[in-house]
Amino acid sequence: MDRHVPAWPQEGNSRVPYRMFSDPDVYRAELDRVFLGPTWQFLVLADELPAPGDYKTTFLGETPVIVTRGADGRVHAMVNRCAHRGNLVCLKHQGHAEALTCVYHSWSYDLDGNLKSVAFRRGIGGKGGMPDSFRLEDHGLRKLRTDDFAGLVFGTLSPDAPPLADYIGNLIGARIGRVLHGKPKILGTTSQILHNNWKLYVENVKDTYHATLLHTFFTTFRVSRLTAGGGVLIAEGGGNHASYTRGKHDTVGREGSDKLYADIQSMRDGLRLADPRLLDSVEEFGDDVTVQILSVFPNFVLQQINNSIALRLVLPKGPAETELQWIYLGFADDDAAMTERRLLQSNLVGPAGYVSMEDGAVGGFVQRAIVGSENECSILEMGGHEHASQETRTTEASIRGFWQAYRPLMGL
Amino acid sequence: MELGEVVRRLEIESLYAEYGHCLDADRLEEWPDFFTEDCAYRVISAENFEAGLPLGIIYATSRNMLVDRVMALRRANIYEPQRYRHLIANIRPLNGTTWQDDGTGLDLSANFIVVRIMQDGAASLFATGRYVDRIVRHDGAWKFARKDAVLDSRQIDTLLAIPI
Repeated sequence: MDRHVPAWPQEGNSRVPYRMFSDPDVYRAELDRVFLGPTWQFLVLADELPAPGDYKTTFLGETPVIVTRGADGRVHAMVNRCAHRGNLVCLKHQGHAEALTCVYHSWSYDLDGNLKSVAFRRGIGGKGGMPDSFRLEDHGLRKLRTDDFAGLVFGTLSPDAPPLADYIGNLIGARIGRVLHGKPKILGTTSQILHNNWKLYVENVKDTYHATLLHTFFTTFRVSRLTAGGGVLIAEGGGNHASYTRGKHDTVGREGSDKLYADIQSMRDGLRLADPRLLDSVEEFGDDVTVQILSVFPNFVLQQINNSIALRLVLPKGPAETELQWIYLGFADDDAAMTERRLLQSNLVGPAGYVSMEDGAVGGFVQRAIVGSENECSILEMGGHEHASQETRTTEASIRGFWQAYRPLMGL
Repeated sequence: MELGEVVRRLEIESLYAEYGHCLDADRLEEWPDFFTEDCAYRVISAENFEAGLPLGIIYATSRNMLVDRVMALRRANIYEPQRYRHLIANIRPLNGTTWQDDGTGLDLSANFIVVRIMQDGAASLFATGRYVDRIVRHDGAWKFARKDAVLDSRQIDTLLAIPI
């Protein structure tokens, strides 16, 4: 970062200047340095493109991307920008095509992004057309590197990103494998427009401290409490994390936990669900972890709350706007009862989720509150100053880990 | 048109009017009463609905789940004060069905527009779409046995707290 941005506070990752969430120069720089830099970003589930010719469009930051299943059966990804005059090649969100043809001048690419034909290349009647020096092979779509991890396809435009498996790392990779234990079946998708900087949502995902305080539904119905066992796993480098709740036992006992949470309004009311099937979960993962929230730097989230599994992709849409995309999953071998269970538990998350609707709004509240305070800082000292794994969720260690990964990319 | 059908259509028109007014007037505790005990209620995007994907942004399979939704909105969930204004129109039998009641109920669709008004006065077009409903006669009144609020857009602005 070289444009007008003061030095990072000497406290390091336990202070974040509010301008990081609103400054247009910061935003412009991170589109280049983070999203087009040496990071891997989730593109699609491999199962979303079952047949050669299937395609879907997405983004690396704000850069539009086409993801295809090629004639070779492999997943390919290209920038969705015609090599000729910069038009969008694929206009539909998803579809099926034999070739990728730009509507503007009918330049046509194969499913790997190689330019195959240019309309009227030889002109008409010996007049016009491209010079003989124009070579199709020099003008394909800009290609991404792609790789697959547990059926999740990631992409990067940077030659400097390490191999995907190394980027995710064994610690977090094992926690992805734990959740994605079968052939995925998509139950549905949704999307939210958040009126806040993308990093405020990513911080929220990594913030194990807030979950049971802001989301009182969690606490009231004992879906998750900080007093339950659990912790955070943070990968070397800081950017990838998995937090987990051991829901079966409370470290301070049921009454002790109620006492610690007694100030939360809904706790005092002794609320009960009239139809508790919403919370009727079954053991699925071979351990006692009832909630696991996982992130891969910079903008991918894998969530398991009881039997509700979802992928979340955090897409920047400007300094103060973000699209949050959700893909809800089950598995191909789920029986009807399991599918119904997942659908009922999906009420917990998403735009209307009992334990997530607040996350759609709280980033916007911060965004509004920091206007005029761009040189002041947020405080991230819960659990100390480090960004290492901890056997507690009463910590902000994984948020500090995010900044640990982010700052070198930005030169901050 | 026979008189019985005219009466039925007026009753159904009234059902939808009352449904919208109930939500808009923040009488959420009365909202579950528009449904049968074993109702199904979803808020679902047209994209999912047309692809046959079952996921609802809200997914309820009983009236008690609607009671729970209201209780959570009142007591557990946190969101900025906001109100809706529903405009519900173009009520008609679903394709292939009629206004006739054979005793097992009617399949209906109706269009809706929902304006959301925030506490600072900002009003926005929050949702458009159609209801895909089944209504049945129960204790002398029409109730929703199934209601899918099918949203035209895949995107929700910020959050969806109050039902559609």
